[in-house]
Amino acid sequence: MNFIEPLIGGVLIGLGSLLAMAASGKIPGISGIVAKIIRPKSGDVGWRALFLIGLIAGAGLSLLMNLGWQGYSLPEGRGMVVFALAGLLVGFGTRMGGGCTSGHGVCGMGAGAKDALVYTLIFMVAGVATVAAWNLVTQGGVAG
Amino acid sequence: MKSFLILFSGALFGAGLVISGMTDPARVIGFLDILGNWDPALAFVMGGAVTVFGCGLLLLRKTGTRICSTKLPDTSADPISKRMAVGSAIFGIGWGLGGFCPGPAIANLSVLRIEALVFIPLMVLGMFLAQRSFGLDR
Repeated sequence: MNFIEPLIGGVLIGLGSLLAMAASGKIPGISGIVAKIIRPKSGDVGWRALFLIGLIAGAGLSLLMNLGWQGYSLPEGRGMVVFALAGLLVGFGTRMGGGCTSGHGVCGMGAGAKDALVYTLIFMVAGVATVAAWNLVTQGGVAG
Repeated sequence: MKSFLILFSGALFGAGLVISGMTDPARVIGFLDILGNWDPALAFVMGGAVTVFGCGLLLLRKTGTRICSTKLPDTSADPISKRMAVGSAIFGIGWGLGGFCPGPAIANLSVLRIEALVFIPLMVLGMFLAQRSFGLDR
């Protein structure tokens, strides 16, 4: 198991989240950042847009420079319809749930907030159950 | 200075997503496949990120350090809400279907991956619908 790259990547994600929070004064969860760009409450769209531009640039540069994992492949049997449905559920669920892997997961759990830990466990369990159900239906066996 | 720091923090985040392997949908699905062919490596992403964020936050609080004289946000927990619990479950189902959560999907826009181009407009639509139903409280 290669865990060095995931660990380095995780440290960078943690540093980026910390710095963004310290500079913006807000909890920088990605789903919240996107949602508040779509429907801004006050005039503070600027830092959110800058963060996303930085995110895309950082990801693009890492791919260009061949840093880290680099791999990209589609999970078995997932076509465009599945990605479309997944997008709808992820968008709706993260707003109804108040956060995603970064807001609840990294920032919330990092800050030791119990509610974030509960919501993170819920979406992890739901994700695991969904993958297991998918394998069961498409391959006729959980072990796939 | 503040704008530069935010841009830089976004770049760190985006680089972290690519380097860790979070931008690879099949790998994320492998991480969620605990009951099948489990690839536990991505646990180190969350582990590393939570540790760095948590220790950094403690350090900032202890030393009273402010960046660009910005006050740190309130990170204390709220009571568990049924609405947010159900929403998190819906998010988890979507995550398990495609292997994308919001950050990695956006990171994949950098190289215009077709799955991200399909996923993101529908994610935005889903957010819009949820905001219309539940408001903008978080």
